[in-house]
Amino acid sequence: MSYKQKGFKTVGILAAAASVALIAPAVKSQDGSLIKIDGSSTVYPITEAVAEEFQIEKQGAMQVTVGVSGTGGGFKKFCSGDEAVRTDISNASRTIKESEMEMCEAAGVEYIEIPVAYDAITVVANPENPIESMTVEELGAIWAPESEGEITNWSQVNSEWPDGEFVLYGPGADSGTFDGFTDKINGEEGASRTDYTPSEDDNVLVQGVSSDPNALGYFGYSYYEENQDQLKAIAIDNGDGAVAPSVETVRDGSYAPLSRPIYIYVNAAAAEKPEVAEFVEFYLTNAEGLVPEVGSVPLTPEEYEEGIAKFQNGETGTTAAK
Amino acid sequence: MSQPNLTKLRANINRRKLINTMFAFVGLMVIATATIILLTLTIKMAIQGAEKITPEFFTSFPSRRAARAGILSAWVGTCLVMLVTAFAAIPLGVASGIYLEEYAKKNWIADLIEINVTNLAGVPSIIYGLLALGLFVYELGLGQSILTAGLTLALLILPVVIVTTRESLKAIPSSLREAAYALGASKWQTIWDHILPYSFGSILTGVIIGLSRAIGQTAPIITIGALTFIAFLPKSPFTEDFPFVSFEWLQAPFTVMPIQMFNWVSRPQAAFEINAAAAGTVLIFMTLGINAIAIFLRYQLRKGIKW
Repeated sequence: MSYKQKGFKTVGILAAAASVALIAPAVKSQDGSLIKIDGSSTVYPITEAVAEEFQIEKQGAMQVTVGVSGTGGGFKKFCSGDEAVRTDISNASRTIKESEMEMCEAAGVEYIEIPVAYDAITVVANPENPIESMTVEELGAIWAPESEGEITNWSQVNSEWPDGEFVLYGPGADSGTFDGFTDKINGEEGASRTDYTPSEDDNVLVQGVSSDPNALGYFGYSYYEENQDQLKAIAIDNGDGAVAPSVETVRDGSYAPLSRPIYIYVNAAAAEKPEVAEFVEFYLTNAEGLVPEVGSVPLTPEEYEEGIAKFQNGETGTTAAK
Repeated sequence: MSQPNLTKLRANINRRKLINTMFAFVGLMVIATATIILLTLTIKMAIQGAEKITPEFFTSFPSRRAARAGILSAWVGTCLVMLVTAFAAIPLGVASGIYLEEYAKKNWIADLIEINVTNLAGVPSIIYGLLALGLFVYELGLGQSILTAGLTLALLILPVVIVTTRESLKAIPSSLREAAYALGASKWQTIWDHILPYSFGSILTGVIIGLSRAIGQTAPIITIGALTFIAFLPKSPFTEDFPFVSFEWLQAPFTVMPIQMFNWVSRPQAAFEINAAAAGTVLIFMTLGINAIAIFLRYQLRKGIKW
């Protein structure tokens, strides 16, 4: 008996100590209206930066939460019929798909589509690689599904290129970058050779390309920008001469066809709420300063103003082709 | 015994001794390799993250600037989720274990349950996340909350708790039960007063293995809707008004340590890698902390056992 009491006393003391440890920090929590955001990992750093600044400015009066469940996962919540799950804003690295439009329609969700930045897919090689530029056709020849096992040597693609087998790196098939690249280069979303090293973690791709002289890969511009000393960006020739990716060439549209806008989708009903409206306007007013801080390419000031106007007029719908 | 026979016998003994020594050596090498690899990785991570482990790191919210980013919402979230997990999994798991081991009739239904419980321990964790999304979030409307996350992880570790409870009950000598029955104790009295206290130490080990598995889970937690950026904490469990306790924190949105790590590892800026290493180190120490509590409790409880 005495043993049992002693044992349970110990458990009791530890439980009490644990509760105190848990409660101490929780005292700092505050009330406020909640804005729920979820979606793409590409847009996440930008929205995080905006949310951070917004909360500092509002001093805790407004609470913003941002999740990362991918563009598709984000739209599932954004267009959910269950109000407890539905988000106010969805981060998206592409425009809404038809199946997602139907889902939103079924749930009675209307949305305002606002571009917030550019994502430039950057083709990178090892700095030791002598190749400086590629045409869209050459990239297509390297990455086409038909090239799998057939085209393995630089010289097969362009006779002026060195004789040597290339090693390919790219994002996995779940990534929005993969969708964008295959669409623009191979003409069909998802059409790609599969004998390359895929990774959902772009830092792994950076590592791979920077350590292999014969490597070629592609990923989002921010990963190139942060690792410029280890990587070389290949200039892309879309018929009007080779253009290397940079903030300027992406903004003026000359870096084509691999740059695309990335978006936030705002629930039109939620946009009526003053805190959501305030957040979106704060987003678009401050994006130009915050976007470069996280390594992405901002839109031009005029484009942000267009976004604000679109939001204030409540223009719902998408620019995506149905 | 003739001379040649004896030589043969000695040779045989020596050969078997050699095999014995060789196996011990191979075993030692295997465990040493495993330990060294684990230690190297852990120490490397701790060294990389060391500069970031400051008081501010524990009291700051996530941020776009690596230097300003901290794990406050993450560690509070992890602690609260584990609290719910423990409160749900321990009573349920131990009770199921006791029922299956002591009360259930040995028939095909018991066999079926046993096979299922054992198999559940090997189900990938994302499956539990999908199950929880459908059941807790959509059907029961518990929201994408700490409560949902805790219950999800409780489901995940339930098989481990049940299996270890059964094993530790089995390990109690039957003479103890017989003695209790001989003195007129009922089945429940025998279990509650004798069997359970004596097996508590081993049950605790199972609970800790379970909780250590749960604390590192990312996939099921993301599936049910955990966040990445959240710069506020759940409401305090204590209030100023009657009844002074509030369970609103159970409904709060949250993030956990592994999600913060995962987010930081995948950022382009190298400085975030240091944050990820620091968060990893903290997570390891949280796991070690749970282990230490378990070892302490087991020691305290076993001190009283005299057979």
